[in-house]
Amino acid sequence: MRHKFFGMILTAGPLVLALPLVAHHGAASFDVANLRTLKGTVTEWVWSNPHCFLKIDVKDESGAVTHWVVETQNPTTMTQGGWSRRMFKPGDEVTVTLEPNKNGAPIGLVRSVILPNGQKLGAGGAGSARPPEK
Amino acid sequence: MPRRFIVSIVASMAALISSPGLSLAQTWDSAGLPQSAFGPSQTTSAPAPRRDLSGIWDAGSAGIAPTGHVASPFTPWAEERLKDMKPGNGPRSVTEQFINDPLNTLCDPAGFPRTVLYELRPTQIVQTSNQVLILYMYEKRWRVIWTDGRQLPKDPDPRWYGYSVGRWEDDYTLVVQTIGMDERTWLDNAGNPHSFDLRVEERYHRVNRDTLELTVTINDPTAYTKPWMPRNRVPLKLMPPDTDLREWICAPSEAAAYRSVVDSQNKLATDKK
Repeated sequence: MRHKFFGMILTAGPLVLALPLVAHHGAASFDVANLRTLKGTVTEWVWSNPHCFLKIDVKDESGAVTHWVVETQNPTTMTQGGWSRRMFKPGDEVTVTLEPNKNGAPIGLVRSVILPNGQKLGAGGAGSARPPEK
Repeated sequence: MPRRFIVSIVASMAALISSPGLSLAQTWDSAGLPQSAFGPSQTTSAPAPRRDLSGIWDAGSAGIAPTGHVASPFTPWAEERLKDMKPGNGPRSVTEQFINDPLNTLCDPAGFPRTVLYELRPTQIVQTSNQVLILYMYEKRWRVIWTDGRQLPKDPDPRWYGYSVGRWEDDYTLVVQTIGMDERTWLDNAGNPHSFDLRVEERYHRVNRDTLELTVTINDPTAYTKPWMPRNRVPLKLMPPDTDLREWICAPSEAAAYRSVVDSQNKLATDKK
C-alpha cells in the first residue's frame, strides 16, 4: 500500500538549496534526508500564523488522490522569501519539494515550490529563520 | 525640444521626488531590512546621538534563533522542570505531536526575555521624559522601561513581560534590569526554563547613528548554575523612519485551526497502521 500511496511521488534526492528549518519544529518530526517532490493540484492556500500551509491533491498512477498538507513558515518570513498571500489559487498545478513527516502522514515541510508559470521559490530567503552559527 | 520645456520637466520631476507624499522610502507592511543591509559597510555612519535610542531597529537574521540557545548547566530545580517541557527544537526536541511549547502551539505570549531571544524582529524604540518604550513587531507587543529612577518592585505579581527599569551607564549605553517574569514562559525554542528568581540585564549600546548593539544576560540561580549570555552584542540596524511594519499576531483561533489540520493529517498515518 505504501508504494502505491507514494506512487506519483518522485524522490528528489539532496537539493543544493541550503534552507532554514521551520522555527517551531526541528528535524525530529521530518525526514530532512529524504526529500520528496510532489506534483499536485492546489485546493487551498492558508496564509496565517503560526505557519502557512498549502493543501494539494496528489494523484497516483491508479488515479487515487491523496490530500497533502504542505507546511511553510509564518507569513512574515515567507514574505521575505518572495511568497505572498495571493500566490496560489485552487486549481493551480504546482510542484512541491518537501521534508516528509517520518510517520508517513501526508504532511511535510516545504523546501521549494514551482508555480504554474515555472517560477521556483525557496522556502526562506533573506532574513528568514536561520539557525545561528555555533 | 524647447529648452524651457526641458527645464520645466526637470523641475516637475524634482518636485515629485522631493514631495513627502511620493517618497520612495515610504512603504507599507515592511517585514524588515534586506539582508544586504547587514554587510560590513556600516563604518561610514554618523556618530550616535547622546542618550537617544529612538528609531526603528532590525537585527535581521541575527535576531532570530529558531533552535534556541546553549544555556549554562541546569540546577536540579531546572532538571525537574524540564520533565514537563517538550520543545520542538534544540537538544531535547520531540516530534511534532508531543510539542507543548506554549507560544508555538497555543499562541501564549512569548513573554520576556523570549521576545528578544527568539524572534527579535523589527522593533521600534520610543523615548519619553521618564520611559523608554519598546514596541515589538513580533506579537505586536510593547514593554515599558522606567527611567525615572524608581527601584524594581520588592514583591511583584508575575507578569508575562516583567517589570523593567533602565539607567544610562554612559551617553550611549542604556542598561535595563527586568524581574518578575511568569514561570510559565520559556526562554527560547529549545525549552530552556526559568524560575521566578530570573533577573535579566539588557545592554543597549548605540555604536553610531545606524547601529545599536544588544547584549542580554540571564541570571537565574534557581535554574542555572551560573549566569549566561544568549545575546552578545547583536547588531541592530536603523530602519528608515517612515517604515510601516507588518502586523504579526498569532491568534489562538489560528493556532487551533493549524493544530486541527496537522492532527487530522497525522491521524491518516495512524489509521493506516
